[in-house]
Amino acid sequence: MSKTDKNQFGFETRMIHAGTPPEPITGARQTPIFQNTSYVFHDADHAASLFNLQTFGFIYSRLTNPTVAALEERIASLENGRGATCCASGHAAQILAFFPFMEPGDAFIASNRLYGGSITQFGKTFKKFGWQVHFVDVDEPENVRQALTPNCKAIFVESLANPGGVVSDLEALADIAHDAGVPLIVDNTMATPYLCQPFEWGADLVVHSMTKFLSGNGTSVGGCVVDSGTFDWSQNDKFAGLTEPEPAYHGLRFYETFGDMAFTTHAHAVGLRDLGATLAPMNAFQTLLGIETLSLRMDRHCANALEVAHFLEGHELVDWVSHAGLDSSPYRALAKKYLPGGAGAVFTFGVKGGYEMGVKVVESCELFSHLANIGDTRSLILHPASTTHRQLSDEQRVAAGAGPEVVRVSIGLETVGDLLADLDQALQLAAKPGKHAAE
Amino acid sequence: MAEELIYSDAYLRGILGRVRTIAMVGASPNWNRPSYFVMKYLLEKGYGVVPVNPRAAGQEILGIPCIATLAEVPGAIDMVDVFRAGEAAGAIVDEAIALRETKGIAVVWMQIGVRNDAAAARAQAAGIEVVMDHCPKIEYGRLNSELSWGGFNSRIISSRRRKVHIR
Ligand SMILES: Cc1ncc(COP(=O)(O)O)c(C=O)c1O
Repeated sequence: MSKTDKNQFGFETRMIHAGTPPEPITGARQTPIFQNTSYVFHDADHAASLFNLQTFGFIYSRLTNPTVAALEERIASLENGRGATCCASGHAAQILAFFPFMEPGDAFIASNRLYGGSITQFGKTFKKFGWQVHFVDVDEPENVRQALTPNCKAIFVESLANPGGVVSDLEALADIAHDAGVPLIVDNTMATPYLCQPFEWGADLVVHSMTKFLSGNGTSVGGCVVDSGTFDWSQNDKFAGLTEPEPAYHGLRFYETFGDMAFTTHAHAVGLRDLGATLAPMNAFQTLLGIETLSLRMDRHCANALEVAHFLEGHELVDWVSHAGLDSSPYRALAKKYLPGGAGAVFTFGVKGGYEMGVKVVESCELFSHLANIGDTRSLILHPASTTHRQLSDEQRVAAGAGPEVVRVSIGLETVGDLLADLDQALQLAAKPGKHAAE
Repeated sequence: MAEELIYSDAYLRGILGRVRTIAMVGASPNWNRPSYFVMKYLLEKGYGVVPVNPRAAGQEILGIPCIATLAEVPGAIDMVDVFRAGEAAGAIVDEAIALRETKGIAVVWMQIGVRNDAAAARAQAAGIEVVMDHCPKIEYGRLNSELSWGGFNSRIISSRRRKVHIR
């Protein structure tokens, strides 16, 4: 149903059904994998209508594909957005999110506690596009207001930050963004739409690395940008890419023509068309399957993670634990507000003994997998300072919650007692002088 | 702020299913204007569309002669599609009400961004169905799974097998 009947079906129902009615020609109930590049036109006029964006339909899978579109609608539904654009990875989604409105010389503000790969992408690679990022400690939202410049086009934060159990004050940040006439972009990867609904708090765009909890089994790299459809791109002259004539479409004005569908239309018709970071249909299918069980998995991920966090907090070889579900966390109140269903399953802890001890603990695990990912059914462990956050300066690492003693875990769905036992034996083994598993 | 407009899927489906001919007030001969997009789409879907625009009268839009006023449209009009700003919409709605009997006008549809609650109330009192601040192309596409192809949230969930019509 339209507009206000938006929540007629519950989250779990939409997790399974949104975007995926039975395939009408064959009746196939599970979504077909359209392993296909191009689509036959009825005639030349139909082709012209499609190329002019005058009608709905498929041309070529770099732009749109039916399996990918099913996933897009499902995520748009779960986030309560207007539309979504899926793409090859979470990092591709971050480029697509900025691309419609950023020009060389433009700037944006981002949290200094983002996932390390995002800090590198924004700080180093975006610079080559002439896009400038200002990293700010967003724990004090007023810092963001101070950092605003006339060429600032957006504010970017993570709802729940990777790796450190840090929660952003989305409502306060949305107010600051809207006072400045710019959109708030939220990376909702760690929380997923099951735990956090950024649009409810005023966010305008949401990005995901679907590689993590959405696909859930560590099978597929993918990303997504979701548009709320509620940001007014014509309120000032900052968003010419959406409001002014688009030369690549003979002077079409996207916002005037497509209204609340402008961003998503542009992200496909210009963004994916020209950047080319398209999601493979097989990966879309795997991610659709993953999302079917999202709520069940997230409940167990969160319950297991909280138990592991409590255990580590009481462990003699552990200095501190940073998990927003713990009473000791400075983010506990924000987590209660923005993540009522649980504070996620990825968190960090500090081992006694610094860098070396951190490396040894990771190498001493039997059940936890030592690898650079999060959001798998399996429990994962990593020493960020020597891996994912290696490219950063010491200062950036500490700001990002990835100092030398920090170990990151992504808690899976195994029997929780086995996880506690594995971490305990790894900590004990690592603490033994001169002896550990890797030697 | 005015309250959000809510139209059930059944209401919109009913209108788009019954209507055959549409007079599009504010139709443009420029191929990259929104009204041109909507007219082309509705023609493709089998609706009869008559463009109405005094400034383009005498020209053809998509091969169909553009008419200066609603009253001059030859034949019956099931629906008036208003592509004019909210203030201008009031006069168009009143014209539609006056022509209701002679033209058989049953629906007035105002495009996205076009809303005039007082005019809508007058039309409804005259027995005309009203939709405001929506687009018939988008709603037709949404109700027929086409909007979903672009990654949009249709808000439609169903496990029934959709009928595919063969023309
Ligand atoms: C929070 C967050 N955002 C973005 C990304 C990038 O996603 P991808 O690896 O799918 O490009 C990651 C990946 O680690 C992440 O954890």
